[in-house]
Amino acid sequence: MNALISQLINLFASVILILAFAMLSQRRIVNLIHLYTWQGLAVVGSTVVVAYVTHQHHLFYSAALTFLLKVILIPYFLHRLINRLNVRWDIETLFNIPTLMIIGIILVVFAFNVALPIAKFSDTVAHGTLGIALACILLSFLMMITRAKAVPQVIGFLAMENALFLAATSATYGMPMVVELGIALDVLVGILILGVFMFQIREQFDSLDIRHLEKLKED
Amino acid sequence: MSISGFLSQLLAIVMALFLAPLLMGWVNQWRCWLQNRSGPGVLQPYRMLHKLFHKESVVAEHASSLFRMAPYIVFGCMVLACAIIPTLSTDLPLSPAADAIALVGLFAVARVFISLAAMDIGTAFGTLGARREMLIGFLAEPALLSVLFTASLISNSTALTSIVEYLAHKEFAIYPSLAFAGIAFTMVSFAENARVPVDNPATHLELTMIHEALILEYSGRHLALIEWASALKLFAYSCMGLALFFPWGIAEAEAPLALIFAIPALVFKLAIGGFLLALIETLSAKMRIFRVPEFLASAFLLAVIGMLVHFLLGA
Amino acid sequence: MNPLYFVFGTPLLGGVVLALIGHRSYARDVNVAFSAGSFIASCVLTVQIIADGPLFALEKQFFIDPLNVFLVTLTAFVGMTTSIFSRPYMRVEQDHGKMTPGRMRLYHSMYQFFAFTMLVALTTNNMGTLWVSMEAATLTTVLLVSVYRTPASLEAAWKYFILCGVGIAQALFGTILLYMAADRVIPDGVDALLWTNLDAVKTQLNPTIISLAFVFLLLGYGTKVGLVPVHNWLPDAHAEGPTPISAVLSGLLLNVALYAVLRCKILTDGALQSQFAGELMIGFGLLSVVAASFFLFRQKDVKRMFAYSSIEHMGLMTFAFGMGGPIANFAGLLHMTLHSLVKSAIFFSVGHATQKAGTQLMEDIRGLIKVSPTVGWGLMLGSLAILGMPPFGVFASEFLILTTAMRDLPWATPLLLLALGISFAAIFSRVQPMVFGVTSVKPLAHPPALVPVFVHLGLGLMLGFYIPPYLNDWYLQAARLIGGQ
Repeated sequence: MNALISQLINLFASVILILAFAMLSQRRIVNLIHLYTWQGLAVVGSTVVVAYVTHQHHLFYSAALTFLLKVILIPYFLHRLINRLNVRWDIETLFNIPTLMIIGIILVVFAFNVALPIAKFSDTVAHGTLGIALACILLSFLMMITRAKAVPQVIGFLAMENALFLAATSATYGMPMVVELGIALDVLVGILILGVFMFQIREQFDSLDIRHLEKLKED
Repeated sequence: MSISGFLSQLLAIVMALFLAPLLMGWVNQWRCWLQNRSGPGVLQPYRMLHKLFHKESVVAEHASSLFRMAPYIVFGCMVLACAIIPTLSTDLPLSPAADAIALVGLFAVARVFISLAAMDIGTAFGTLGARREMLIGFLAEPALLSVLFTASLISNSTALTSIVEYLAHKEFAIYPSLAFAGIAFTMVSFAENARVPVDNPATHLELTMIHEALILEYSGRHLALIEWASALKLFAYSCMGLALFFPWGIAEAEAPLALIFAIPALVFKLAIGGFLLALIETLSAKMRIFRVPEFLASAFLLAVIGMLVHFLLGA
Repeated sequence: MNPLYFVFGTPLLGGVVLALIGHRSYARDVNVAFSAGSFIASCVLTVQIIADGPLFALEKQFFIDPLNVFLVTLTAFVGMTTSIFSRPYMRVEQDHGKMTPGRMRLYHSMYQFFAFTMLVALTTNNMGTLWVSMEAATLTTVLLVSVYRTPASLEAAWKYFILCGVGIAQALFGTILLYMAADRVIPDGVDALLWTNLDAVKTQLNPTIISLAFVFLLLGYGTKVGLVPVHNWLPDAHAEGPTPISAVLSGLLLNVALYAVLRCKILTDGALQSQFAGELMIGFGLLSVVAASFFLFRQKDVKRMFAYSSIEHMGLMTFAFGMGGPIANFAGLLHMTLHSLVKSAIFFSVGHATQKAGTQLMEDIRGLIKVSPTVGWGLMLGSLAILGMPPFGVFASEFLILTTAMRDLPWATPLLLLALGISFAAIFSRVQPMVFGVTSVKPLAHPPALVPVFVHLGLGLMLGFYIPPYLNDWYLQAARLIGGQ
């Protein structure tokens, strides 16, 4: 039975990876937020499973914190943000999705290769998912590069944070509580500042298209 | 070759030949019901085959012998495919003839011949259909291969019978890789069998049709064979999916009597599968042809991720 | 009471207080008062350290050793002088209508919080807290960069946020890997991220994990140091924000980020027993020096130009620490101090010059020596100092770095000399007409208060001739510490 439960960790990690790919190819902003929420939920799920299997009580707290932050607060905030900015149904044109997917797969292979020699040194139940976490970090990075709108870029940033949290859980059963609280605070403040920012950007440019923000270049 | 092996092989082929149109009819019937129409009955494909076999076959003036041969080749390929997929039993004397990779090749041969035949006449529709068919094929095959590779990696064999035996008897475990492979396989099957959202089997609208455009020039017994072959293809894909992802109830070499239970199990699983197929078809809208590469790329992606995840997690 | 608490407690309190009263006219003086309080506390701390040696605080969560003690003092000092500079500067900005009372409140409050995050980053013993405070340092300054709400400043702030956010995320991954390596050696996981604990067991840390961790940490904190190729945010943020912020970003934040890299390098060297970390730093450092010197030539905006100069000097320090060894480390630390002092002095002068000219374009700023001799001389002497002209201390540190490079890495020396030559030509050819060119602008009636500029330059000059014995002592100890002994 326990073996089956620890296999659930792998399942959750794989779901997180798939959601990272789905976010990479999602055009609609509102769906992007839904995907982000699901990813947060999967992160919470895997944390709870790890906590249950290993009896690490502080992981339950950090799972609860993550749930509050990434499944409720931030998505709520993002929904409000896109409503107020009136970009709820915005669709972004993405260049060639299959190419993007191929690049994504290459990144995943790279991440797995990097993580494999490391993961074998870890004796946590979830050490295998370190590679998935690294792959998700790189995929979110790719997403941020390919997006031209402000809100998807921010979601990419948040997805990267999700992946980092997964990495922390899988490699070491989470960071010390002080650090985790600090990270959560940083993320929360960061997203609030970004929200303020987006209003400033729109006020200035009448659009949230980051392509307006390419004037400062070396000429 | 043992007698029981010979028997189960024969039974598998006969079952495939006669159950395949029924499955087709079942799916169509459910599609009608789900769309609030009264259907033609599950036996309609048999009636259609009967009618077509009794009609004269009209062949275009410029058709070469390739055009006449193609239906037989396609039909043969599909029968062979059904023979090597463990539908009822893993004790199949024919299965060493082709492993999972060769099976994909078998489908490819059928595709090549039907496309060549479609172009042979020289009509615009045939060429158009052939091009689309090849486009889908070249995207779907790598995805299908990746799915099969994932299953092979787990069971350390490329022979379908060994894969199924391994999967049916291992201790139950959660395989994220198999889950991805399963989703990818479903997507590929929709594309390969010309179902919604990739193609609509019930349309003759020139802008959208793929499979129907290929066989527009066929009539009479040729058309009957091709229709039967596509029913067999659907049957083959369904059985392959069931064997890989829900392998319970398939009989083995040591227990020939299990065949008796394998038949109702298979019929039951196919009935549910057919219903789900009709449900998904009803719920989804057909996508533009230019979106199909994206759809299949996603399938390929899922299959590859499944494979990679297996390497990383060993599960 | 431990003076350490006052060092970062004062700016924390200041941030809260100024969040309430920051828009009032006396807030500028309150800002100076809090910064001065922090500086006085750091002086007391310094005296205590000289007397008693290294200390721990708050269950070992904070610590002071030779490496960070002088950085704490330097940070508090530059924080104070910048607040003195910003007092008249921001009043003029407000008179010009560029700052509203609301923005002044934001500015003052965030200025103090920024000082707080940097002081925490310097004094914390916990690698996780180090990360948190580095991220918080970005968060506090990002709204300051965009405080003018111009399109360019918004763009700069967005880039700053996103690039530093991504960068710092890599650093978090590195920290996680570090913790993973530590977890295997230090059984009690709670304190496994304390640097002193890690330092004690560094030879047992798993080399494979640590080398990967260092790559991520270097990339992450290196983004904040402004190492090429992850430097893109730096010129924009420096050029578009208010000048006092440019001064503290260049003079302090970059140092703190480099300090974080150094802490990681010490652990990595101990775990690997090889030159891996050093070689990576040499590579990034050299690339930054060379690339920045070429970028310098293409600049039209004066603050942007000096921002690239900061990249160049941070690259030089990274290069020096990469080479390692007592002399190079000593030179790196000295260069760190001097660059902070001189570069912030330059930004102070540039701030007044651009405020007077109403533009940051160098071709529109002419004849500063006529307009205001103090600004003119401040900019001229500052530029000469940062370019490494002899009596100033930068000459000594660059000379030490170059001679070590000649001995250890002969192939890199011509590249360094070339880059330094190019940047000399680039900056000097731009600054000379700015200071001595012909202008029709009337001279300023009252010379601006530029005491901080000349105090900084005076200190820079002094360090060229004479390094006080206890400072020398610290440099030597810190150099040994970085060398892993």
